[in-house]
Amino acid sequence: MARSREEILKEVQQVLVDALGVDDDEITTDATLMGDLGAESIDFLDIVFRLEKAFAIKIPREELFPAESLMNNPNFISNGKLTKSGLEELRNKMPHTDISKFQNDPDINKLGDLFTVNAIVNYLEKKLNAA
Amino acid sequence: MRWIWIDKFIEFQSGDHAVAVKNVTLAEEHLHDHFPGFPIMPECLLIEAMAQTAGILVGEAKNFKEKVILAKIKKCVFFDYVKPGDSIKIHAKIESIAPEAASTSGKITCEDKLIAQIELMFSHIDQNLAGKQFPKENFVFTDMFRSLLRGMVLTRPDCDTPKSEQP
Repeated sequence: MARSREEILKEVQQVLVDALGVDDDEITTDATLMGDLGAESIDFLDIVFRLEKAFAIKIPREELFPAESLMNNPNFISNGKLTKSGLEELRNKMPHTDISKFQNDPDINKLGDLFTVNAIVNYLEKKLNAA
Repeated sequence: MRWIWIDKFIEFQSGDHAVAVKNVTLAEEHLHDHFPGFPIMPECLLIEAMAQTAGILVGEAKNFKEKVILAKIKKCVFFDYVKPGDSIKIHAKIESIAPEAASTSGKITCEDKLIAQIELMFSHIDQNLAGKQFPKENFVFTDMFRSLLRGMVLTRPDCDTPKSEQP
């Protein structure tokens, strides 16, 4: 069932309010889950479970938040930064994320900044409206 | 699990839900101080009872192969006190389970009274924490707790439970 972007955003905001205990006015589209909303690693799994329920879909591991496979592959990381092939992999794995700023300084410590509310909405919009 | 805080299971549906019972007694010394003249079961120990009930349910769903650790208290609401002499029922249900984690919901009741609603997240720690290594043996599900499940779970052929415990 196709859903409008506004509907998806509203549902995502509710999921994040419940999962992270934040106020809904904190959940702006460009808020980062870790930096702005205080998410920790287990919260990402909680968010995935809640999104699956809220939208009645399956979200495969590593599809929405694919950091782990990047971090564990030495070809993708050099001196704490993503390599060219690492960036390429990131682009393929996270088409729902805007990496234009990140690629200027692909420090892996800033990888968390890519996980924004907007990225979740983009991902869901594509996923829900693909069928 | 280094200590057992529930008395027995009265329902156990593998991978779905379980109900455990705990009997509360004034012989539990912490009740003398919590509070003097007004003994009530501390809420954190109600959460522990749910963590054990739901944790065993989650562990059994993966044949006790995973080290299941309480990772997050998602929600916790308390409606009433639990006093010495009460027999509480802990109802746990698996909401979602994935290779790396599980989420559960549940309630605690005393007779017909709702005591608490508790939602938890468990981590399968070998699958998480960026590949950090943990001891090979499963220090979560030791032999100690298995008596709780005697007669409740149909032991599967590939399960670690000793044959003598099969129902």
